[in-house]
Amino acid sequence: PHTEMADREERRFAEISRESVKFMAESTGVELGDDVAGLLAEDVCYRLREATQSSSQFMRHAKRRKLTVEDFNRALHWSNVEAICGYGAQDTLPFRSAKEGELFFIEDRDINLVELALATNIPKGCAETMVRVNVSYMDGKGNLEPQGTVPSAVQSLSDDLLKYYQQITRAILGEDPHLMKVALLDLQSNAKIAALLPYFVYVISGVKSVSHDLEQLNRLLHMVKSLVQNPYLYLGSYIRSLVSSVMYCILEPLAASINPLNDHWTLRDYAALLLSHIFWTHGDLVSGLYHQILVSLQKVLSDPVRPLCSHYGAVVGLHALGWKAVERVLFPHLPAYWANLQAVLDDYSVSNAQVKADGHKVYGAILVAVERLLKMKALSLSQQSDGGSSGQTGFAGGSICYRVSSPGLSPPPEPLSEATLGIASHLQAGGAGCPLEEWTPVPLPAMYCELYSFFGDSLAVRFSTGPGDARKEPPGPTSNPDTTRKMPQLTANLNISPRHDGSPRTDPTPPSLAATGSGRSLTRSCSSSSSVQRSRSSSRSGQRSAGLSRDVFPKARFTSSQTGPPAFSFLIGGRQMGLRCQGRRPFQTNFAPTPPLSAVPPRAYAHKLPVIGRVGKPVRRWACSHYSLHLPL
Amino acid sequence: FRAVPDDGGLVDADEDKDIKTEASNDSWGNNNANDGRLLSPSPGSSASAGSNKSAAGASEEQQTLLAVLQFLRKNKLTESVEILRREAGLPEDSLEPKGAESSGAGSGGASGGVDLEGGDASSLLTAGEDQPDVNVVLSAYSQQGDPALYEVYYSGLKRFIESVLDCHRAELSQVFYPLFVHMYLELVYNNHESEAKAFFEKFSGDQECYYEDDLRVLSSLTKKEHMRGNETLLDFRTSKFVLRISRDSYQLLKRHLQERQNNQIWNIIQEHLYIDIFDGMPRSKSQIDAMSGSLAGEAKREANKAKVYYGLLKEPEIELPLDDEDEEAENEEGKPKKKKPKKDSLGSKSKKQDPNAPSQNRIPLPELKDSDKLDKIMYMKEATKRIRLGPDNLPSICFYSFLNAYQGLTAVDFTDDSSLIAGGFADSTVRVWSVTPKKLRKVKSAADLNLIDKESDDVLERIMDEKTASESKILCGHSGPVYGISFSPDRNYLLSSSEDGTVRLWSLQTFTCLVGYKGHNYPVWDTQFSPHGYYFVSGGHDRVARLWATDHYQPLRMFSGHLADVTCTRFHPNSNYVATGSSDRTIRLWDVLNGNCVRIFTGHKGPIHALAFSPNGKFLASGATDGRVLLWDIGHGLMVGELKGHTDTIYSLRFSRDGEILASGSMDNTVRLWDATKAFDDLETDDFTAATGHIHLQDNSQELLLGTYMTKSTPVIHLHFTRRNLLLAAGAYNP
Repeated sequence: PHTEMADREERRFAEISRESVKFMAESTGVELGDDVAGLLAEDVCYRLREATQSSSQFMRHAKRRKLTVEDFNRALHWSNVEAICGYGAQDTLPFRSAKEGELFFIEDRDINLVELALATNIPKGCAETMVRVNVSYMDGKGNLEPQGTVPSAVQSLSDDLLKYYQQITRAILGEDPHLMKVALLDLQSNAKIAALLPYFVYVISGVKSVSHDLEQLNRLLHMVKSLVQNPYLYLGSYIRSLVSSVMYCILEPLAASINPLNDHWTLRDYAALLLSHIFWTHGDLVSGLYHQILVSLQKVLSDPVRPLCSHYGAVVGLHALGWKAVERVLFPHLPAYWANLQAVLDDYSVSNAQVKADGHKVYGAILVAVERLLKMKALSLSQQSDGGSSGQTGFAGGSICYRVSSPGLSPPPEPLSEATLGIASHLQAGGAGCPLEEWTPVPLPAMYCELYSFFGDSLAVRFSTGPGDARKEPPGPTSNPDTTRKMPQLTANLNISPRHDGSPRTDPTPPSLAATGSGRSLTRSCSSSSSVQRSRSSSRSGQRSAGLSRDVFPKARFTSSQTGPPAFSFLIGGRQMGLRCQGRRPFQTNFAPTPPLSAVPPRAYAHKLPVIGRVGKPVRRWACSHYSLHLPL
Repeated sequence: FRAVPDDGGLVDADEDKDIKTEASNDSWGNNNANDGRLLSPSPGSSASAGSNKSAAGASEEQQTLLAVLQFLRKNKLTESVEILRREAGLPEDSLEPKGAESSGAGSGGASGGVDLEGGDASSLLTAGEDQPDVNVVLSAYSQQGDPALYEVYYSGLKRFIESVLDCHRAELSQVFYPLFVHMYLELVYNNHESEAKAFFEKFSGDQECYYEDDLRVLSSLTKKEHMRGNETLLDFRTSKFVLRISRDSYQLLKRHLQERQNNQIWNIIQEHLYIDIFDGMPRSKSQIDAMSGSLAGEAKREANKAKVYYGLLKEPEIELPLDDEDEEAENEEGKPKKKKPKKDSLGSKSKKQDPNAPSQNRIPLPELKDSDKLDKIMYMKEATKRIRLGPDNLPSICFYSFLNAYQGLTAVDFTDDSSLIAGGFADSTVRVWSVTPKKLRKVKSAADLNLIDKESDDVLERIMDEKTASESKILCGHSGPVYGISFSPDRNYLLSSSEDGTVRLWSLQTFTCLVGYKGHNYPVWDTQFSPHGYYFVSGGHDRVARLWATDHYQPLRMFSGHLADVTCTRFHPNSNYVATGSSDRTIRLWDVLNGNCVRIFTGHKGPIHALAFSPNGKFLASGATDGRVLLWDIGHGLMVGELKGHTDTIYSLRFSRDGEILASGSMDNTVRLWDATKAFDDLETDDFTAATGHIHLQDNSQELLLGTYMTKSTPVIHLHFTRRNLLLAAGAYNP
């Protein structure tokens, strides 16, 4: 009768057939009659339904939609049934059928615990549970579009906000510099503009359409900076969009750079600075962003088809992201890149003049980047060997660079050092499974040797503690505990230091600069004329910093031989030597002092090298203009 | 009590059930004892509360105790006898009947324990009267009718009801479901399995769709053996199914059944149904549907007759310090003027005694500490900056997303000042985060505390261990998923209830567990602190809600009456009442003073998972798995609104601080805002509404819905209005 009924009955529930019960009984060595098996089957079905029903309660109270094995086990537990083990896995269980006989079963494989324990693919640790808050809806109105898409209707905003938005964008993109400053200042401090964020982000993404207009690009970048600095804004995933706009300014060829008179270099520098600033302050918002950026920078750098200005952008971008990024991406790539760059630089034909000038820019940027790399690496190594923790390393690094870049100011260095660490750890974390090239840290001496082979003595100037001991101990300065204080002179040229949050360049580009730049590149081969020019520019900046730095600068360490003008001649020498300069030993060059230049204060000297790449523009001027923007008007 | 060496938890629960029925039915003896246990906050006064009782009360207590001892001895539970005797401090010969010696009953805690046992004992002694002994309950079905005729009877009635006038049809159709269930169960009980199946298949399709879940349970039950231990069934049997039918319709039905000599059905109606007859117009189908859906029919009208003091307690008078002058000076000229009258009106409102409010000392409440007063001042200051919400001025919503909550977020709570957020997790942990830059710090160790200058002004700052400062802390102690958490109003404590059957009290000073309150023995689904602190309520799988005081390890009250799990618990703003929602699809309101059930609200079609009192204490909102929010007038005991819109279980409900907006958060990943002002605007109540149980319900959900706000695949499991009316929502991101 049972079978008849079972056939007749609509199948509302999964049922366990009598045969199944019999099989199970047999497997434990019990013979069951049909009747008993039938009764048992029915009872088991009932109990299963009951347990399922009560397990759904555990699901509901756990606020889930999916019933888990655990829920079921809890229901069993509370009805005094032993829990079922072995089915708690998250993956779906494969349901198989046996070939002979209509038997279905769940594949229950044995797990070799030893193998599991010794397995190399250790699962990644779960990230920490945390709470993040974001303003989802302002005044009941919100951005209903999923984030990342372009907002279409500005009309959905309240009239006040709309007016504000129009005024601000008009002011920033308009002609009046004073108005722009006011607008930027407000954008930076206004607490009520969260709802407008997507619109501003959209405006900023317009960089692509104004790539011919340096001025507009600049203003948009300033807008980014104001938004980033606004403490009331939670940028969330808009960071991604902002970063991509900034990256555009750093890396893209830009229509504006066709005209050599346009100083797009400064724009790239500024954008790189901004990028680093975004990272130190908001780097944690989007995971993996740092890594992604490294990859895209690397891609640009390794693409020989790209114009040199793109390469330049990649280099300053890496530099801005910190010395670890330089070590990770730029340094391993240098040998390959060098050949291309050298080919450009060695071509003296007139038609190549412009490209060559660009090449010098890139050269200078690389030099600056690797020099800081060497210094920071040396510093970190020495601190490790001193027993200092890596945290101190970061801190010291941060404070050094900070002092370097803004000698006159003293904001607290703590957050900066934290940020340093953050990025560093980011970089390490990103190592697994990244599309970045295989990378093994190069020991400092080897690195130094390699770099020296490229740059020759133009590099040595930076490190030298005097001839002789340098070979064994390149990071000479660090052996002296005072050196952290002396480093500023050595690295004063790092004007795109990431810690340089407070003072990005707003560049009132001096009209003469572009001209000088090109002029210099044209007269590149003539060392005397360019060195004179350089000395002019360096002395200018030297004068401003001399007063500050001269006291702490140990004159004895920079002997007159070092303060000479070797920079230029040796630079060329370095290049001309080719890749491997076996014949020369670093730090053995005798520097011929040149009287007129020896008068130049050492600090100024430090400014000399980057001048190759960068127009020696008056650093203070942009700093000043920047601050005028931030002072309450 | 737990020392009774009996076979485990099940029995305990059964006995608990006895107690609760006792508490609600038998009025005085037990409740007197309860009163003694509702103690004023200081533990020392418990003894005095006990001694305040009349001598008669004391001797009565003594007598119950002796009765318990005798019962235990009779059952040869000598060990338990010994333990109980020792705990009660009775001399060894006390079992010999003797004059009641008032021995003072030791500590407050011990006396509480004895009280509980007193309650238990009386129920045991009167066993059989109201005890759901499974066999007794089921044997009612043993009466034999011809199984073949069941279908005939039922379809005969069906034909009759379909033929009556339209106005009566809807009312009489109510009897279908309970009749169907009872007839089916009778068939099953008498082993007519195939007839039962046929009966079920034939008529289950006729039943209202909202009984679907119960029918599913019923359909899986086909054997007499299965009937034992099936809770749904026992509930159905032990409680009479309540129908409200107008006198006319009832007469019609009665006449029909008597004419036809249809005794089978008449018997069932007599025995298992409670027909609440009212005079007046028969109700329409929609009116009936609005109120039905619970496991045991509607509430009887008497159940909602008791007077409820829903008004708010007078706010303690606290002088506002005048230090906010400088703040006002900062403002523009106009603003301070605007503020002042507001403040006055706020003050005067609280000074007037609300006629509907309970007296200030109806239940003893803890005295305000200095820190509480400071907090009140902060509250008032914040209140002056509160945004007035309305349909044109909707709140901003901040969403707190729990990321990487792989272990399963099960509960969330915010402190009233929104400075802390806590999450309960399925991995048994509770995590507390600081929402403000102020980090969480532990108190220093005892050794370090000794070194502190206790006279210094900043001693409260000095006792904190700066080294322990962190953004979040993890509280470990439970051995099962944490289903409910609640911060104390003074932010010093946190409660958590768990699947392991306990409620734990955590200190937010030391971040350790202070007490584990045992008593539920089954999963505890929810817990909440009283708005005045000290008391808290918990409810769980054992169908009982319990009232506790933090310094008593035994409950002060047990609220029993729900026919299924108590799924959520809420305190009334005046702390005198507790609302509980249950998976029997009813909401009950309990009086904390005497443990009585004063309101039963039916109308939900699924287990209730969210409750919220309006800030003025007048209204209650409830949300259930059916995705509907129902609004209730507590004073009149009526349903006053139905808000449709959500498509999944509502897990959170909250009124804005001034009660203008009701926010609901659901599993369907939305937050919805409703116009509460309009929903509660000029409600008309008259005799008819009292009979139907609800006012005329307009289908105006769409008008009342002010906004629907999507989250990003994040179920909303908690909502909170800050003191300035910013809406905070929380949930775990569910990729």
